[in-house]
Amino acid sequence: MSPFILKVLPVALAAAAVPVGLSLQAVFGDRQPHPVAMTVVLLSGSIIYPTPGEFLKEGRPQGNPRIERQLSRPLEIMAYQVGAADYADCVSAGVCQPAQETRAIPSNAPVTGVSYLDANAYARWYSQVTGGQWRLPSDEEWAFAAAERFAGEFEGVENDANNPARRWLTSYKAEVDLNRKPDPMPKSRGSFGFNSLGLADFSGNVWEWTSTCYVRTTLAADGSGVASSVDNCGVHVLEGLHRAYMSNFVSDGKSGGCAVGTPPDNLGFRLVRDHSGWASRILGWLGIV
Amino acid sequence: MITRREALFGAAIGAAAVAALPAFSATVTKADIRGLAREKIALVAPPFVHPHDQVAKGGPKIVEFTITIEEKPLVIDADGTTLNAMTYNGSIPGPLMVVHQDDYLELTLINPDTNSLAHNIDFHAATGGLGGGGLTLINPGEQVTLRFKATRTGTFVYHCAPGGAMIPWHVVSGMSGAIMVLPRDGLRNDRGEPVKYDKIFYIGESDFYIPRDEKGNFKSYESAGDGYDDIVKVMRGLIPTHVVFNGKVGSLTGDNAMKAKVGETVLIVHSQANRDTRPHLIGGHGDYVWEQGKFANPPAKDLETWFIRGGSAGSALYTFLQPGIYAYVNHNLIEAVELGATAHFMVEGQWNDDLMTQVEAPKPIATN
Ligand SMILES: [Cu+2]
Repeated sequence: MSPFILKVLPVALAAAAVPVGLSLQAVFGDRQPHPVAMTVVLLSGSIIYPTPGEFLKEGRPQGNPRIERQLSRPLEIMAYQVGAADYADCVSAGVCQPAQETRAIPSNAPVTGVSYLDANAYARWYSQVTGGQWRLPSDEEWAFAAAERFAGEFEGVENDANNPARRWLTSYKAEVDLNRKPDPMPKSRGSFGFNSLGLADFSGNVWEWTSTCYVRTTLAADGSGVASSVDNCGVHVLEGLHRAYMSNFVSDGKSGGCAVGTPPDNLGFRLVRDHSGWASRILGWLGIV
Repeated sequence: MITRREALFGAAIGAAAVAALPAFSATVTKADIRGLAREKIALVAPPFVHPHDQVAKGGPKIVEFTITIEEKPLVIDADGTTLNAMTYNGSIPGPLMVVHQDDYLELTLINPDTNSLAHNIDFHAATGGLGGGGLTLINPGEQVTLRFKATRTGTFVYHCAPGGAMIPWHVVSGMSGAIMVLPRDGLRNDRGEPVKYDKIFYIGESDFYIPRDEKGNFKSYESAGDGYDDIVKVMRGLIPTHVVFNGKVGSLTGDNAMKAKVGETVLIVHSQANRDTRPHLIGGHGDYVWEQGKFANPPAKDLETWFIRGGSAGSALYTFLQPGIYAYVNHNLIEAVELGATAHFMVEGQWNDDLMTQVEAPKPIATN
């Protein structure tokens, strides 16, 4: 896919992936009426990852610092984005707000037109009906899972201390070079293919909410680290073809919020599952295997 | 001996050529700016305007303002309809800031952490950086300071422009205001003669788009974000539910009517950040009207109704000649009467029979 060409990120990813959806269902039994989504467990890996948010030094924008991150414990994540039909069950249960999606979308498409608040409501409901602990992935977890499809921040944005317009011009140019045509119609799940870890539809036309807050960080002038930072948890990070930042209540990608780039076509999500006690021991055992 | 250059400038000071005098502003270095005098101004809520000189005293200076953004519910009509408002300094519109040409306007914008949204400010009077919007986007818990040179004279809108669909939503939630950049030697009429005002009022017109429930009643929301999806749907219809002056139906009527006396000259600054409007003073006129708001153009004279383009601020100078109650309206009378765009002036003074007399009081129709 051409859009990925621009994103020559030094993603050094060495992860082992185990599809476990069915096996887990077997382990946990079927005390829930709602089928558990197919998941994949990532066991290890490391990435070089541009931290999300905005960074300033002496009042001027800086590139996002890249840090190396290790996956410290197994990460179980849905192989597909949450489906429109699954989300509709939550709406029928009276827990979720209807998705802001009025187009005729394929029945097996991912849910679109959902806000961060909607995604969290779904995670709570889904945890209840499946008996698991489901939540949105952090931005970093998403990056691990997306693997070679993780794009992060735009490359090639200049920060000229004496000319703020250089940043605006170069990021605009980067967007034009990306030449992304809006492709708003949601497609059946799986249409955007699988990444090297066997996870579907990363960086297609549905951006995914993460649990990571937007943060503006002021770096110390002497390079000694962070001088101050302000979290804005009214805005969360979305990941997809490029990183985006949007207010929690926004369910329409066109509402903007990208630092750079054509706004996201659609907003959706997938969930990760937390494990505690014996379940994590089983996963540990799976990891050893 | 008069050189050609002096002759040109001489002509500019006379007659209508005032308009042709371009705003020559030398580029000033950072060191020069550090040497400029500073003045700190305390803003006041519209329709009032902070004290200011009409003719500048001394050279250009840095004029400092501070605006705190407040997100809060505001009642916008007599039925108690509530808007989840976003405001500059707590008022709709935000306060009018007055400087002179070649002054530097230095604004500190504060977004307290009690707010939930990111905001910024786009000054139509400023040059570059999306009017300052590109350099002022702040989260709750942040503040930012922007300085720009007031190179052009006139009345200009400012508004919030935090990107994408947030822009119109923030504007129709209340985030707009105006600044006035006066010529250093004050206002001039169409003949280039100085004119002064005794009073100035700032009227900011807003169009609001409040969603209704199934029964047709206006809905209210716990927070601005909760109402977002519904409000955007109403906005896309382009038909406002409220068209008001200064944030509320009736904000400039009754006890809050603007006051003047016969013989007083009033400058009315009128802004509309989003939508066209057409102010009209019922029973009065616009003696001199800068319809587009830009003082480098000679004012139009004796207007009955003037046109304020959405996204601009105009100003009208009028000397009251007759006492009474004047309605100042958006002369789309449906918007004035049904949707709220009406203000009142209470004018005290002696009646002038020459201008108007009721020759005969009402009586039954005469039959011969
Ligand atoms: Cu705003």
